[in-house]
Amino acid sequence: MITRRQMLGGMGAVAAASTAIGWIGMKPTSQSKVMVAGAAHGSDYFSNIELTNHLGQRVKFYDDLIKDKFVVINMMYAQCSEGICPISTMNLKRVQKELGDRVGRDIHMYSITLAADFDTPEVLKKYAEDHKTGAGWQFLTGKFSDIEIIRRKLGFYDMDPAVDANRSQHAGMVRIGSDAYDRWLMAPALGSHENILQVIRHADRAPIKA
Amino acid sequence: MSDLINVSEGAGADVSSGAEAQSDTSVPNESRRNLFKLALGAGAVAIATSKETIAAGVDDVLPPPVIYPPSPTIDPIYWWKESIPAYVYQPKAPVNFDLPAQAVSNTGAGECGRNDIQRFDEFYPAGSENHVYYELHAKEALHQFTLAPNYPAQPIWGYDGKYPGPTFHARYGTPIITRLFNELPQDHVGYGSPELSMHLHNLHTSSESDGFTGDYWSPNKFGPTLNGPGLYKDHCYYNVYAGYENSRNPNHPDYLGPNAIGDWREALGTLWYHDHTLDSTGPNVVKGLAGFYILYDDIDSGNENPDPNNPNALRLPSGDFDVPLMFQDMRFDASGKQFWDQMSPEGAVGDMVIVNGKIKPYFNVQPRKYRLRLLNGGPTRFYEFSLVQGGVAKPFTHIANDGNLLEYPRMNQTKISLGMAERGDIIVDFSAFKGKEVFLVNTLLQTDTRKPGGSTTVAAGNQVLKFKVANTTVADPSRVLTATTKLRNLPPIDLARVAQRRTFEFGRRNGVWTVNGEIFNVNSIRANPKKGTAEIWTLRNTGGGWSHPVHIHFEEGRILTRNGVAPPLHERGRKDVYVLPPNGEVEVYLQFRDFPGKYLMHCHNLVHEDHAMMVRWDMVE
Repeated sequence: MITRRQMLGGMGAVAAASTAIGWIGMKPTSQSKVMVAGAAHGSDYFSNIELTNHLGQRVKFYDDLIKDKFVVINMMYAQCSEGICPISTMNLKRVQKELGDRVGRDIHMYSITLAADFDTPEVLKKYAEDHKTGAGWQFLTGKFSDIEIIRRKLGFYDMDPAVDANRSQHAGMVRIGSDAYDRWLMAPALGSHENILQVIRHADRAPIKA
Repeated sequence: MSDLINVSEGAGADVSSGAEAQSDTSVPNESRRNLFKLALGAGAVAIATSKETIAAGVDDVLPPPVIYPPSPTIDPIYWWKESIPAYVYQPKAPVNFDLPAQAVSNTGAGECGRNDIQRFDEFYPAGSENHVYYELHAKEALHQFTLAPNYPAQPIWGYDGKYPGPTFHARYGTPIITRLFNELPQDHVGYGSPELSMHLHNLHTSSESDGFTGDYWSPNKFGPTLNGPGLYKDHCYYNVYAGYENSRNPNHPDYLGPNAIGDWREALGTLWYHDHTLDSTGPNVVKGLAGFYILYDDIDSGNENPDPNNPNALRLPSGDFDVPLMFQDMRFDASGKQFWDQMSPEGAVGDMVIVNGKIKPYFNVQPRKYRLRLLNGGPTRFYEFSLVQGGVAKPFTHIANDGNLLEYPRMNQTKISLGMAERGDIIVDFSAFKGKEVFLVNTLLQTDTRKPGGSTTVAAGNQVLKFKVANTTVADPSRVLTATTKLRNLPPIDLARVAQRRTFEFGRRNGVWTVNGEIFNVNSIRANPKKGTAEIWTLRNTGGGWSHPVHIHFEEGRILTRNGVAPPLHERGRKDVYVLPPNGEVEVYLQFRDFPGKYLMHCHNLVHEDHAMMVRWDMVE
């Protein structure tokens, strides 16, 4: 393991280079470069990892799902056994209903699986049908390791590896944000749907009338 | 760690980055990663066999979720180059209002839609001159944290465009109306929400002016507990002591007289106002929306000179010798601009300490006594400050905790601890240091937002502020305090008034921070104490990994026990922030008086607060 003294020795040079690629013993991969402090959230941050939605369409994470959009994103898995995903899906259904025809037009809802190995597009299609989620709400799967990257970029992680390894811990939040305004807020998924709506209304820059 | 980032005056300027000893954030992460690998490799059964476990291959374990590079190094030639700005210790000037304030929201004139202000006509009777008006304009402005060229002037959000905001000098018995205008850029891109809800921590004022988190507003928007957007909002700061109503009620045991303004033993002294917008308090405060509000009365009179008309006066150092100091942890990106991680549920602990808006400023002082009002106004870092001269911690006198005068001064103190939002007033006598330099030094170490991790020596600590003591002789009319100088009587703790006990457990679940296992809901009332009663609240940190500084709005409390025993001496006064270290617990006696309505209790780690560790409680009739 690198000692702290060694690390500090290398730190100035790294900071001077305005990059954290390869920072402190990490492999200089495209995965690590996106977590740099100060990087604007955009394609560099979110990356264009390829996912597949429940309709079997291949999509690029940033270009197709995030860019210039207002998004509501949660993570789930079809076999979620602790009652968390059903509650969050139910809450998000209520949110979808309240938002009406804005969903799919200027607000986009995404549910990304935490269990890519099991949740194939077909499984997710059935999940969407079973839960009668309508248009404007995509369920997404992909390569497990790719989704792990996306999970962290969205802030669905715990610093404690033991907690982080428990996927149900990541199904309790909704990431709400606007790419155009680079505003990113989080709402608990397991509270009331009104809670989620409040955060959506807050992050959305459209005026609210009295 | 101290041998790595040495910011001590003893070692001079050889290796320091000027930053807090923090920048090894990735060490724990790296360690954890190794541990994780080790654990999985060794067959950590509980982890590897749980059916909820993410089935990552051992070598697929990702890099640490977050890597925060340290803030850019500041060349020591730019240390101690700028003074703390004078406006922070000089009072903001009042104005005249062309448009009168009113109890009912003046939405026609552009005020946001809010609840009616309680007791407005009582405090602002028509024709009365006994009030003072202020205007505050929240707006974007350019600010420089340091003269170092790798830290450019950058946009901040400040009250009146200042970082920190202007300082109010208020007086008990003189109500204030503050009209806050929201001139923040509504098309703002990046972290921070251009909405406002201004909380005055911890004035005993009515809910409508308290800055409830859901009461945020802007020209375009309004929060879930308001009913319309607006260009401005009026805040009534009555400046009465807690117990106002009872003190005027001849039938109540707390009766003092027909013109009483509450229990003078409940006086607050060092307050601060800051943004409290739901979901976005952390970024908004870090962007600069915070300032001081100093409150005086006949005891804490704001006049150090003998006054034959006020024999009660403590005559503490006043005027330019009464200096508020706000400390805020902050992180900067490689371009020297403020950084805030919008995605992380834990955030990045700031590795730079900003003092009244500046990194490593100086302050020219006279060789005499000063009152320093220390406030931890930052999002995530805990401090332990010492006053250091020649590598040695020098004594000072601790007179107030959380802005409230202690019963007696605590003489010859050499360190003071401040969790987020805690205040500590100290008297420092610089006459012993004529012509010398004295440093305020943080000795507490902290590498992430979760909790401090050990401490270092005063010689190796982080110098955050340099006092340059003039080599002159000056008069000092302020009182010399002794261990027996009564500062202010403490109000009695009357357990016979306790109507209810409640327990609040601060924990974490499903990636968000919880109280009693629940996440914040602005519409959900989690406690409803009755006006006129007292309660005992047990605040418990159920986690081993975090410290939570818990703040209760509106009423000051008294710690009855800490971890089952009497609290330490400095915590025996009135408080409004209760630091809960890992597995810590306090029992707090609270009274509920005067202004029914909705209030908050929350963790003042602003990342925790923005991630649901908050409780709405309503005082009911």
